[in-house]
Amino acid sequence: MILIREVEESIALKYSENKMRCPTHLCIGQEAISSGVSLNLRPIDTVVSTHRSHGHYLGKGGNLGKMIAEIYGKTDGCSKGYGGSMHLIDLDVNFMGSTAIVGNSMPVGVGLALSSKLENYKSISCIYFGEGCTEEGIFSESINFAIVSNLPALFVCENNFYSVYSDLKPRQPKNRKIHKMVSAMGIKTFYADGNKVLDVYKTTNKAIKYIKKYKKPVFLEFATYRWREHCGPNYDNSIGYRTEKEFAKWKNKDPINEFKNYLVKNKIINANLIDKFYLSTNRKVARAFKFAEKSNFPSEKDLFKNIYA
Amino acid sequence: MPKLRIIKFHESINEAMTIAMKSNRKVLCFGLGVDDPKRIFNTTKNLKEKFGANRVFDTPTSENAMTGVGIGLSLQGYLPVMVHQRFDFFLLAMDQLVNGAAKWFYMFGGQKNVPITIRLIVGRGWGQGPTHSQSLHSWFAHIPGLKVVMPSSAHDAKGLLLSSIFDKNPVIFIEHRWLHNTTSFVPKEKYFIPLSKSNIVKKGSDITIVANSYMTLEAIKASEFLEINKISIEIIDLRTISPIDYSTIYKSVKKTKKLLVLDISNEKFGIAAEIVSNITINLFKYLKIPPAIIASPNAPTPTSFALTKNFYPTHKEIIIKIFEMNNRKLNKNNIPKNKNLHDVPGEWFKGPF
Repeated sequence: MILIREVEESIALKYSENKMRCPTHLCIGQEAISSGVSLNLRPIDTVVSTHRSHGHYLGKGGNLGKMIAEIYGKTDGCSKGYGGSMHLIDLDVNFMGSTAIVGNSMPVGVGLALSSKLENYKSISCIYFGEGCTEEGIFSESINFAIVSNLPALFVCENNFYSVYSDLKPRQPKNRKIHKMVSAMGIKTFYADGNKVLDVYKTTNKAIKYIKKYKKPVFLEFATYRWREHCGPNYDNSIGYRTEKEFAKWKNKDPINEFKNYLVKNKIINANLIDKFYLSTNRKVARAFKFAEKSNFPSEKDLFKNIYA
Repeated sequence: MPKLRIIKFHESINEAMTIAMKSNRKVLCFGLGVDDPKRIFNTTKNLKEKFGANRVFDTPTSENAMTGVGIGLSLQGYLPVMVHQRFDFFLLAMDQLVNGAAKWFYMFGGQKNVPITIRLIVGRGWGQGPTHSQSLHSWFAHIPGLKVVMPSSAHDAKGLLLSSIFDKNPVIFIEHRWLHNTTSFVPKEKYFIPLSKSNIVKKGSDITIVANSYMTLEAIKASEFLEINKISIEIIDLRTISPIDYSTIYKSVKKTKKLLVLDISNEKFGIAAEIVSNITINLFKYLKIPPAIIASPNAPTPTSFALTKNFYPTHKEIIIKIFEMNNRKLNKNNIPKNKNLHDVPGEWFKGPF
């Protein structure tokens, strides 16, 4: 969580240097989900994700330097500079790709789950998406196929209540519980507080045990909140689509603070050790940015590379 | 000389599928109805029995998600062949095709290619109408990263489908329903016809005709009458419309100095307009007369028997146009007439679809 937070804060800080010239969606405030889910995944398990995927990528163990270089549009980027922040991939850790259209990567993840089934359920396919995706047709298409085909798919819905600047009011009926709606389709579902990393971890653990035991998919819904604007480095509580009060409530539920307090209070680790961890993390992040800055841009003729395999 | 084996287009598709699935266990076949009693107009006949339900499977009516499932499978080394009984149904899957399959290799820096094949069947006649007879191949040709293949004979169908399945890229493979019952010489063994290479169906010197899919047949039909009337036409069947093989067209147009392009779809903004524009830009000085296009009018396909009468151009329109382009007088009554009513290809097709 700390790594993800520090990386995202550094991106926010440096974004105004105008060297990261691509749409960038930060997940500050939502780190507990990436962390709690990822700790349950084995290297062989695959992940697909969305436009807001830095946390998912890093959680799975994706290469940090290559991610930053990708945002800088450099050849050392994880997509060689062709994808930017919204198209991350690290095949070494089976992070199979994040894509930028809502719902787009979801059936791809289901296809990965089907390939696993064809090979005797060797891996689990973890599929991240937001609550906006549940409004897309492809959402029910994907879940339905995973159910009828008994696929080892872990659907992870990060409900942060906003699709760009649109709240839930025009998008979903009042009081809808997404996990309950989805459960009616015939899939096992769990719900947890997405800002409590231990809850996320334990819930995901249960889900994975279920997938392995019954060879069936599971749907998880985690409530959370993004602190910054939909796309970009700034806070945007002043522009009028959400209130400072609402933001403050969620900021008070900072997943990192909450977990730190828990660890210290229960004497699991002492505060010094956490400080040390921050120090080493910040060094790592600084190295990643240096790596990205130093890396070369692709050459102009590379425009026509890799259109066809 | 061994006796030539003549089989039907749909049998040749089935044969290509069987050979592909036998030679590589990673080849999968799915789509709505692939294992139903009709077996996609017999093209998927016996596949489930031969290769099992894991490799040949029916799907929910979820064109978009199932295309994504195909992408996911292909990322793990599978070679999925997906099929839709009508081209029009596949329009539900544009996000997965355009934002997904076509971009994957490029946007992830060439790390993972998407070798999926999507078979689309274009309807015509018997009132297929506005939403069961579209061929929007030109849309797909507009998108870098996709390959678009349009066979015109049973022989080409087999070799092109095998090349498509084992191609490393997403391939849209378009079958015209009126071709399904046509026959031609088809070797029994496995053979590949290269993609992005057009085929000179008939050599000639007076005018170049560029055709695709079913319109190649109409061009061949026209050529018989033109031959008798001493007009020598060169017919190029594109086979693959994207990436297109311009060098064959260039060579031909430099020789004949006249160009007529045929298409099975609407005239405007399509592959025919693309070819005419390209030739005009690049070979203007060779052209003796302006190039021409024969395609369907820019209207949705009507349903009524009466309204479809002049919707699809035939050998007749081709003959009239070529006489005109060669400054020749024509008695239209001499043009051979179609034996069938205008909305069926022959006795074998009485709909319903």
